[in-house]
Amino acid sequence: MILKHVLIVIGVLGGAMSASAGLVWLERRLLAVWQDRYGPNRVGPFGLLQVAADGIKMFFKEDWVPPFADKPVFILAPVLAMVTALLSFAVLPFAPGIVVADLNIGLLYFLAVVALGVFGIALGGWSSNNKYALIGAVRGVAQMLSYEVFMGLSLMGVVLIAGTFNLSEIVMAQKHMWNVVPQFPGFVLFTIAGFAETHRTPFDLPEAESELVAGYHTEYSGMKFGLFFVGEYLGVTMTSAMIVILFFGGWMGPFFPPIVWFLGKTFVFICFFILVRAALPRPRYDQLMGYAWKVLLPLSLLNLLVTGAFVVGGYI
Amino acid sequence: MLSFLQGFWVILKHTFRKRETVLYPEEKIYLPPRFRGRIILSRDPDGAERCVACHLCSSVCPVDCIALQAAEDETGRRYPEFFRINFSRCILCGFCEEACPTAAIQLTPDFEMAEYLRENLVYEKEDLLISGPGKYPGYNFYKVAGLAVGGKDKGDGENEETPVDVHGLLP
Repeated sequence: MILKHVLIVIGVLGGAMSASAGLVWLERRLLAVWQDRYGPNRVGPFGLLQVAADGIKMFFKEDWVPPFADKPVFILAPVLAMVTALLSFAVLPFAPGIVVADLNIGLLYFLAVVALGVFGIALGGWSSNNKYALIGAVRGVAQMLSYEVFMGLSLMGVVLIAGTFNLSEIVMAQKHMWNVVPQFPGFVLFTIAGFAETHRTPFDLPEAESELVAGYHTEYSGMKFGLFFVGEYLGVTMTSAMIVILFFGGWMGPFFPPIVWFLGKTFVFICFFILVRAALPRPRYDQLMGYAWKVLLPLSLLNLLVTGAFVVGGYI
Repeated sequence: MLSFLQGFWVILKHTFRKRETVLYPEEKIYLPPRFRGRIILSRDPDGAERCVACHLCSSVCPVDCIALQAAEDETGRRYPEFFRINFSRCILCGFCEEACPTAAIQLTPDFEMAEYLRENLVYEKEDLLISGPGKYPGYNFYKVAGLAVGGKDKGDGENEETPVDVHGLLP
């Protein structure tokens, strides 16, 4: 029993890390495909060993701490960015029984841990003692805070239907119908919020390389930068997995083993993340904030209201 | 919102487009004959060196990458004693080719000259000289120069008439 738990922990940790490393390759390759290029195709079969090459490069780069930086915080920030992204993997149910911690408040835990992710950005940008980094950090904080509000609200419809915060039970509640049908607005809202939470294009304003050099990680190099990078890809994997769990029936599916279904569905959404990056430009900052507060927050409240009415009326 | 979906569709369709990238070492693009690449020194149709060591190329060179020393053989033909191009400086502008009065120095469609050592980019005369006439097959400078030189007297050149004896009385 203990051994099984340890194996699951190791498997989830290893799987999450290697998935996020593989994403570096996948993203470059897919972006290239959609821009009529080939992408990295030289190192190993299909360029797969590019991941190893990038890793080696990261490790051997000079790990420089600027003299004007706040040293302890500067070192702590990338760790936070990565650890907070990893923490939420603890509650993801990959298949029946394959979950690190089957919390009965799994969804709340997920929201809480995701909210912690802002510290990596905020502290990284602040401790760098650099104008661009600070602007990036300020943007990141404001964006994360405003998108978190309706991220939580958009998921409450799912909770109302399933009647539980436990993620495994939410998956089980979708036996007859995936949540994406009755909760389509919730799905769209959560996806948008997920993009903002992982600060991916079109919501990559904290980085915004065309205006802010590299935003909050301007001053980072070597493996510290690598940790921010891995943290971002962990976030992408985690958000895709959450979309699958909450709206697309998690591991449910015919013929194949549950884990295959889960990973397959997650992969589709990871590809969707990359597709969005290939397709959409970055909005202006005030547009981003206005969109969150004036459009998405009322919409998520409305969604919650209508779902609640249906549940109270006994239609769902 | 609809325009977003349209955008995704447009991008997705690119999955099956033809790639713009040329996979270089395996697949090479066509370089036109007037491409300005590696510099060579060409020879006459007779097989003699075309270069007359006039220094026009080395003086027009904006980065001073050409060095040569003029010499003259027993027949009065000028030739470069050494001719050196430092390709680590050369910007392949082609001014030397434009300046050359004898079509000796020419730029070729070849750019694959990477070396591990910078010294290896300094090309000497034996590296530069090719066995053929390059881009100007029939051209032989001394044959049209109207000059008495190395085995050719005045009037022996192409389209050249024998010189008139200006001291003679006959018409």
